[in-house]
Amino acid sequence: MIAEKGDVIISVKDLKKYYNGEAIKALDGITTDIKKGEVVVVIGPSGSGKSTFLRSLNLLERPTSGTITFNGTDITSKETDINKLRQKMGMVFQHFNLFPHLTIMKNMTLGPIKLRGMSKVEAEKRAKLLLGRVGLQDRADAYPSQLSGGQKQRIAIVRALAMEPDVMLFDEPTSALDPEMVGEVLEVMKQLAKSGMTMVCVTHEMGFAREVGTRVIFMDCGKIIEENTPEQIFTNPQNERLVSFLKKVL
Amino acid sequence: MISILSNVYAGVIALAGEAAEQSSSGWFGDLWNKLRDDFINNFIAKDRYQYLLKGLGVTFEVTFFAALLGILLGIIVALIRSSHDKLADELRPGFFKVLLAVFNALSNLYLTVVRGTPVVVQLMIAYFIIFATSNNKVLVAILAFGINSGAYVAEIIRSGIMSIDIGQFEAGRSLGFGYIRTMIYIIIPQAIKNVLPALANEFIVLIKETSVSGYVGLQDLTKGGDIIRSRTYSAFMPLIAVAAIYLVIVIFFSKLVTLLERRLRNSDR
Repeated sequence: MIAEKGDVIISVKDLKKYYNGEAIKALDGITTDIKKGEVVVVIGPSGSGKSTFLRSLNLLERPTSGTITFNGTDITSKETDINKLRQKMGMVFQHFNLFPHLTIMKNMTLGPIKLRGMSKVEAEKRAKLLLGRVGLQDRADAYPSQLSGGQKQRIAIVRALAMEPDVMLFDEPTSALDPEMVGEVLEVMKQLAKSGMTMVCVTHEMGFAREVGTRVIFMDCGKIIEENTPEQIFTNPQNERLVSFLKKVL
Repeated sequence: MISILSNVYAGVIALAGEAAEQSSSGWFGDLWNKLRDDFINNFIAKDRYQYLLKGLGVTFEVTFFAALLGILLGIIVALIRSSHDKLADELRPGFFKVLLAVFNALSNLYLTVVRGTPVVVQLMIAYFIIFATSNNKVLVAILAFGINSGAYVAEIIRSGIMSIDIGQFEAGRSLGFGYIRTMIYIIIPQAIKNVLPALANEFIVLIKETSVSGYVGLQDLTKGGDIIRSRTYSAFMPLIAVAAIYLVIVIFFSKLVTLLERRLRNSDR
């Protein structure tokens, strides 16, 4: 099934994640649809459950109840091969998580070669194109420890892109970066959004949310409190918790 | 150490006495002659060096195969133990989860027993009780030392796996690798690199531990030296020779590991 722009690509229904029985409700009934080509930005105070929500989308966190449907398949079902579906959901982490024992090139070709059965030559050709897109073509043979934080995160993005995913998940991709490196990573994400990639992004970068996001979700206490266009969220917030949150971060 | 020194001392005194009688050659020359005769008597006469050579062969054979067995057992047990910890959340109740729990319990029992008893005792139990009907001493020694080493290797590798950041695991899984392939391509290579010094140490210990093989009558390097001593009634030459051979092996092996570590450290620059 090839999704058209505007088709629902991820559908989340009444997603709950409890710890210690019901003592801690990290996610308390999340329902939302993510459509092809959307750039959904999730904001909220720390501990609001936004990272847990994002990590549930590819089952890095296993929800207590609720369903997540990706490209028409219920990924929470027992019969689903989650490894197959994860190939189509790229993920970028706060701490990059590049593989330190592999060169940049091997970081980027490991998945395509081992999981998609691509030839080494083909995988490396594609990796070089992707490296060119983020301006790091000359670092292919470097090891992650030889790169700056911003470079690492750009590599992490293209490593995920090398799997040719249908959707990209970003978990606070700029939070661990020095301030002067945030821009280069956001620029790559902006280009990605422009190219039509479906993106779900947990971030504290309100500028990015406003400029690139097509929809902003505000979460608090494991619930979606408000959900709207960036324009409405930032200029005309309704809920008082969102108002006080924006006052603190803007 | 003291006995060696006193031995040398006794030798020197005796030599000094002889030197006084034979005025033709000097004191040092006599010591030299004495050592040379000692050497010839212990190693050259009746081809006694063969005891050391053959013993060294046995020591190598036992150590090499015991190390292989130890690594194999160690990796399996380490994977069972760390998978049991890591997969506790992910696995749904079912046959596989029960199986893993059973294997985990067996692994814990194995570690407790092997690490809680001396290797000499284990070797003797293996030879005189478990494999009492077998006459293949080398094979029994390989099994006993391999099973013993496996317990230590398991804990070393497990500590290596645990030392890898959880993010590495998540990154592998998020690309679409399953648990086992994430382990193989991403976690184990980094874990082995981190524990290489500890592993090398374990194998140095193993080489030297095989010196108790004589307890079951296996003629390894140490036993070879012992046999020479019982033939020539001189302790100095055979024991020092045996010690020197172990030392050279260990130094050579340590150098090899240092080179390997340097190679693997490429990615840390």
